[in-house]
Amino acid sequence: MSFDIDVCRRMGPDAEVALRFASGAGLTALFGPSGAGKTSLLSMVAGLLRPDAGHIRVAGETVFDAAAGIDVPTARRFAGYVFQDARLFPHLRVRANLRYGMRRATEQTMTLDEMAAFLGIAPLLDRWPRSLSGGEAQRVAIGRALLSGPRFLLMDEPLAALDHARRGEVMGLIERVRDELGLPILYVSHDRGEVDRLAATVVEMR
Amino acid sequence: MLLSPDEWQIVGLSLKVSGVAVALTLPVAFGLAYLLARGKFPGKILLDALVYLPLVLPPVVTGWLLLIGFGLRGPIGSRVHDWFGLTLIFRWTGAALAAGIMALPLMVRAMRLSIEAVDRRIEGAARTLGASDWRVFWTITVPLALPGILAGIVLGFARSIGEFGATITFVSNIPGETQTLPIAIYAALQVPGSDAIVTRLALISVVLSLGALIVSELLARRAGVGRGGHVL
Repeated sequence: MSFDIDVCRRMGPDAEVALRFASGAGLTALFGPSGAGKTSLLSMVAGLLRPDAGHIRVAGETVFDAAAGIDVPTARRFAGYVFQDARLFPHLRVRANLRYGMRRATEQTMTLDEMAAFLGIAPLLDRWPRSLSGGEAQRVAIGRALLSGPRFLLMDEPLAALDHARRGEVMGLIERVRDELGLPILYVSHDRGEVDRLAATVVEMR
Repeated sequence: MLLSPDEWQIVGLSLKVSGVAVALTLPVAFGLAYLLARGKFPGKILLDALVYLPLVLPPVVTGWLLLIGFGLRGPIGSRVHDWFGLTLIFRWTGAALAAGIMALPLMVRAMRLSIEAVDRRIEGAARTLGASDWRVFWTITVPLALPGILAGIVLGFARSIGEFGATITFVSNIPGETQTLPIAIYAALQVPGSDAIVTRLALISVVLSLGALIVSELLARRAGVGRGGHVL
């Protein structure tokens, strides 16, 4: 089982995120309108946000269980989190961004240069993040997450910031990551077409 | 070059006092700035007010408080003397203490603003990549706050170079020991017919302050490569 999640968390006086699902191998899509709490849920799986109750298990490992008092720190959850806004480190060049998480990786499936070639970002390695286009930044962000030796991937609308032409390109890339690396992926989107094309399991949030 | 030995002595002393003051205040100021920017604890308002107190208090009052606290028979001064053999009153070390305390609020303020401006989500991204709190602090928080840290150092240095009231109250005016630039200018003004000396010392002050600003701007440009940073 890839993701086994049952969490709830108050997000304010009259808002709550509560979701329960279990999914199999491949890509699991979280689908729903803006404000449904999709990003909050990813943050909880990554350990950036603490649920009030419930449990989170990924690939058979419990990373959070309120009843059992388990709360694995973010740094040791081995999540490869691709944020909606890429969230690259602005003070580091592309190469240093890619290298940042590599010291955690216990075994490296790809070297930095192989990853750069895989993602088509080899010419960008000496650039600063602020000089990148949205699509370039997003591909660097995917590379940075993959090089950190993740046990699963969290992708938060990685296509949202991209124009139409770049979308197809990055989507193809995500399909390759899904098929060639075989990692569980939790993928947030509000686009039906994207979800239909990529996902093995679809979880609807409202 | 163009300076007389006496002038060199005054400039050298001023730089020594200000340099030591800023170097010793820096870790304290950064710690306080971090605490005030990120911390949530009871009494935060009080700490906030205490840190800024030297900024609003008449400097002569700060000097008098130093005199009471750090004099040879003062509660802190006597212990510092017994334990470390360090005398502060009427010494350049005391001038550095006075300058450091007067510089503290400005340094804390500049650093606090830049720490508050650091995007916490960037730190979260570093955590998901396996970085410990310690590594996040040194590789993300500090570099992103660097322009403000440099600004704090420059402001603190400028404030120390110009420090007068608290210094003369606490350590008096002793040539070669506590007579920094502003105090030397003040002393020269008391002597009739010393216009030339005053003019020269005032010009030196302008050159020193301007130099500090230019050096800091150059440092900020190097530190801010790729993201555009200014110190002031």
